[in-house]
Amino acid sequence: MDELILTPNIDGADDFYADLLAAHDGLDKAESDALNARLVLVLANHIGDRTILKQAIDAAKAR
Amino acid sequence: MNKIFEQPLYAYARSPDQDAPAPVRHQVIVIGAGPVGLAAAIDLAQQGVEVVVLDDNDKVSFGSRAICFAQRTLEIADRLGCARPMVDKGVQWNTGKVFFDDRKVYEFNLQPDEGYAHPAFINLQQYYFELFMVERVRALQAQGAPIEIRGRNKVEAIGTHDDHVKLEVETPEGSYTVEADWLIACDGANSPTRRMLGLDFVGRVFEDNFLIADVIMEADFPSERWFWFDPPFNRGQSALLHKQPDNVWRIDLQLGWDIDKEREKRPENVIPRLKAMLGEDVQFELEWVSIYTFQCRRMEKFRHGRVLFAGDSAHQVSPFGARGANSGLQDTDNLCWKLKMVLDGTAPDSLLDSYDVERIHGADENILNSTRSTDFITPKSEMSRILRDAVLDLSEHYEFARPLVNSGRLSVPCTYDGSPLNSADALDGPAETRPGSPCPDAPLGDEFLLPKLAGKFTLLTIDADAPDRIEEEGVTVERLALSVKDDRTLALKRRYLGDAEGAVYLIRPDQHVAARRDSYEDNAFRHAIRRAIGKE
Repeated sequence: MDELILTPNIDGADDFYADLLAAHDGLDKAESDALNARLVLVLANHIGDRTILKQAIDAAKAR
Repeated sequence: MNKIFEQPLYAYARSPDQDAPAPVRHQVIVIGAGPVGLAAAIDLAQQGVEVVVLDDNDKVSFGSRAICFAQRTLEIADRLGCARPMVDKGVQWNTGKVFFDDRKVYEFNLQPDEGYAHPAFINLQQYYFELFMVERVRALQAQGAPIEIRGRNKVEAIGTHDDHVKLEVETPEGSYTVEADWLIACDGANSPTRRMLGLDFVGRVFEDNFLIADVIMEADFPSERWFWFDPPFNRGQSALLHKQPDNVWRIDLQLGWDIDKEREKRPENVIPRLKAMLGEDVQFELEWVSIYTFQCRRMEKFRHGRVLFAGDSAHQVSPFGARGANSGLQDTDNLCWKLKMVLDGTAPDSLLDSYDVERIHGADENILNSTRSTDFITPKSEMSRILRDAVLDLSEHYEFARPLVNSGRLSVPCTYDGSPLNSADALDGPAETRPGSPCPDAPLGDEFLLPKLAGKFTLLTIDADAPDRIEEEGVTVERLALSVKDDRTLALKRRYLGDAEGAVYLIRPDQHVAARRDSYEDNAFRHAIRRAIGKE
């Protein structure tokens, strides 16, 4: 069965995080929220697998 | 108050230069007797270069300042003959804990692989670091090495010429003029040398203030690095706790931008902050308090004719990551062997341009890392803070988010990828020893590899044939013949061979790899030697 990856999986984590922050540069809060929403949907489509997506939603909700 | 701050370490004494009928010319003058200036002077003196250090003060630096010294720095200090007392006195640590709000979110362990002579990090007050270096200078003097430190010698004017530099020096007994073939400016972030030469220093200013305090306490906090994001005792800001020798603890509290610095520095304002952090019952004594702001910036070039800038005078970073003093020692490590070869006429003057290329590469890497840490610690927009807090929340439950938490990317040695001194990689070997890399240490029975590679060009062969010595363009390269069997822990194999059967490495005097191949090939290595000294 497919399993959500929750161990480090991004090569160059600092570079990725810098890219993410840079994408928000110069945006106001509403624009940034909208960017994040679009980003979630783009990534969700890339993943595709509904089982994984469900696990990801649950992981993000747990605090 | 610690007596070490009171005692003049290099008290002013009249120099014969002050009574000479004409200005005396020295081979090298170093301005600044901090860790970087002292490292430069020791390195040069060990190679027989005549060097004079001028400092406007006569004591060690006040307050703990730089406290985290990395493995590479200790390896360099070992080559300079002063690592032992540093390691003996320093506090070794490898656990870091990260707190968010009122809870610990995770901890990490910096313990590297086994098989290094020196620990990953030690914490040691800068004044001890300087003290041990001054003791090393005294030991070299006792052996007759041409090295001198002149306290309370303040450089007031600098004249630059094609073949020398002329300095006007102010002392308690008036001023005098002195000359040098080469000048190394290690006079710190506010470098008077840089100002006198009218040189740029551009970069990014971070609008934030940090309260830095050294407290003496008998507390049972462990020897770990503790970092807090948004803790109850310093809402919306960060905090850091780190142990130093002598029961001194370093505390860093972020204060924000709009504060009254003089007011925040007063003990009646500092002590309640510390009590909120440490607990009401903890007894402590304040040793040193300061408030700092910082910038991430560098000079456009570190070499200006016969004037070479090293350490904070050339580049400045945020303190997160311990990349200040640690990168300064990598500067002098890179510079001194080149300067020696140029002084001897073995290498062309242009070899010094590679100091610029290689150390600007290092400075940019440090600035990038420390800027990113600062952006994480002090988010500059609402969304940046939301993302940061999301990373911290996730890091408590999921391992994947931990590499994204950035409370400082701790100093690692710089690899000079793309340096004009490197030859193309001709070994299918480990990435960590590709050309440009600093040689990782490895155990050899009761000894270690790095001391065998210090201060000269070396042809390191591991299960490979080569001549015992090569002479090329006035450079003598001696072979160090090893076998994977010399290290039963196999660290030597892991770090230098990988899957290769054997390898030949050309190692520079600063222990960086200049070239490597799977076997010895005379033309290729002669070419590599010429390249490494700037003759190709």
